[in-house]
Amino acid sequence: MPIDEKAVRHIARLARMELRAEELEAYRNQLDKILESMEELRALDTDRVSATSHVLGLTDVLRPDQARLFENREALLEGAPEREGPYYKVRKVIE
Amino acid sequence: MKDGWIDWAAGRIAEEVNAGRVKAEEVVRAFLSRIREVDPRLRAFVTVLEAEALEQARAVDARISAGKPGGRLAGVPVAIKDNMLVRGVETTCSSKILRGYKAPYDATVVTRLRLEGAVIIGKTNLDEFAMGSSTENSAFFKTKNPWDLERVPGGSSGGSAAAVAARMAPLALGSDTGGSIRQPAAFCGVVGVKPTYGLVSRYGLVAFASSLDQIGPFAANVADAALALSVIEGHDAADSTSAPVEGRRYALEDSLGLAGLRIGLPKEYFTQGLEREVEASTRAAVKVFESLGASVREVSLPHTRYAVSTYYILAPSEASANLARFDGMRYGYSRREASSLEQAYASSRGEGFGPEVKRRIMLGTYALSSGYYDAYYGKAQRVRTLIKRDFDEVFESVDLLLTPTAPTTAFRFGEKSADPLQMYLSDIFTIPCNIAGCAGLSMPSGLDSRGLPIGIQLLARPFEESRMLQAARAFEAARPFPALPA
Repeated sequence: MPIDEKAVRHIARLARMELRAEELEAYRNQLDKILESMEELRALDTDRVSATSHVLGLTDVLRPDQARLFENREALLEGAPEREGPYYKVRKVIE
Repeated sequence: MKDGWIDWAAGRIAEEVNAGRVKAEEVVRAFLSRIREVDPRLRAFVTVLEAEALEQARAVDARISAGKPGGRLAGVPVAIKDNMLVRGVETTCSSKILRGYKAPYDATVVTRLRLEGAVIIGKTNLDEFAMGSSTENSAFFKTKNPWDLERVPGGSSGGSAAAVAARMAPLALGSDTGGSIRQPAAFCGVVGVKPTYGLVSRYGLVAFASSLDQIGPFAANVADAALALSVIEGHDAADSTSAPVEGRRYALEDSLGLAGLRIGLPKEYFTQGLEREVEASTRAAVKVFESLGASVREVSLPHTRYAVSTYYILAPSEASANLARFDGMRYGYSRREASSLEQAYASSRGEGFGPEVKRRIMLGTYALSSGYYDAYYGKAQRVRTLIKRDFDEVFESVDLLLTPTAPTTAFRFGEKSADPLQMYLSDIFTIPCNIAGCAGLSMPSGLDSRGLPIGIQLLARPFEESRMLQAARAFEAARPFPALPA
């Protein structure tokens, strides 16, 4: 099924990426082509095949839930475009 | 002899430095001067750590003067792909969105290198967020192939491969999600190892596709690659996906024959699109392995043709989730004047990411979106099982697989960048190994008629790096790769 402009806008919104009109058109075209080439996977019968999400088969890797001090805290905050004391500053979320 | 140091193997540098015959500082100065000489043309480095490297080298020298061991990599300069954190140093992922971001801690691989006396000499260029096969997707500049300045070094770890090939560092680290170590190693005529999934800690590696990413070394020879791998590998509590295995020492023997070793040639890797000279070089390598005593036979990995499609669903899907953290709030490129929080995210991301990254985020977001998840991501995970099963089955009857690393030698700038699908296909022989999680390496097998390096790939069962490296060493000893580019 070809992707229309509305679908591309929806995807960009989900991805929180503002795209220019020419980008939207370019990606619509390219996604169409890329997804079309992926149609080949449909030819494979995978009804009785289980999914692999992790090749090592590690499950439930646990460790004690202990807080540890990160000794370079100021460096974490230094990268912030906007901060107030030890806090990151963001736009207002609730009116 | 001062000029000789840049040609020395990493292992030899460490030996000489430990023995007190050479100062780490002198070695590092020689490499820094080589960087100043050739990097303006090649542009492998995003950041060169001149002052820091000399300081680290002096610390190694002081340790040795005090009678303490300098470490297995004493005084060895190492270049780090710029998607791994080095404390206090800018980590950009070659992206506008991370320009100016200073790492607050060292990646585990960097910590381990330092513990063995290695000197971090700089950060190397990559395709933005490791997405690409030519390093042309760097937001900053293009890195050139040392063998031919009009050609790409491969990617995404193109800067690391070029740095080692041009002797700006004896060792470098890269990351490999679908071939990003092996393909540039092939294009630049060096050795590149993609270790088994989980063998090397990824703590401090900026995540691209978490079920596929793996860090590994580049070196000018197999023994150095093995040495670097033995330093960085082994379980790390800070990475919950790291395998519960200890770091190993690789005792590679130069003269060992390969009697009893069973090598498979997957017939699906010798089909259309494979350049004639690359095929001929791989076939010639078969003869070398046979002459060393290995038995070689054709095998089949029937789902190979589905690997690229599977990969380009899995990797972008995981990337779209991993890259959600780049929102312009805590670090990096940020548009603050937006009217709402969501708008601030959207404009920071829309302006901060480059075209290929946005393409993959779009693709991945689509594949994971409601109504399409089963058809794309779910389907790809099932096909992944089939591809992995191919490897499991074939590794019951052979010990290693031998293939070309890439269908072609290094291509020209711009040759594939207009068509994303064409670029994606340049990873056709390296992707299946990541999907299955096995170990892989690329090493040079010769030059084509244009004088460009050809790479062969060895693949091994998970955690059988030792066997793979020994076979590579035997091949290298039997057929020394003549030279690095001038």
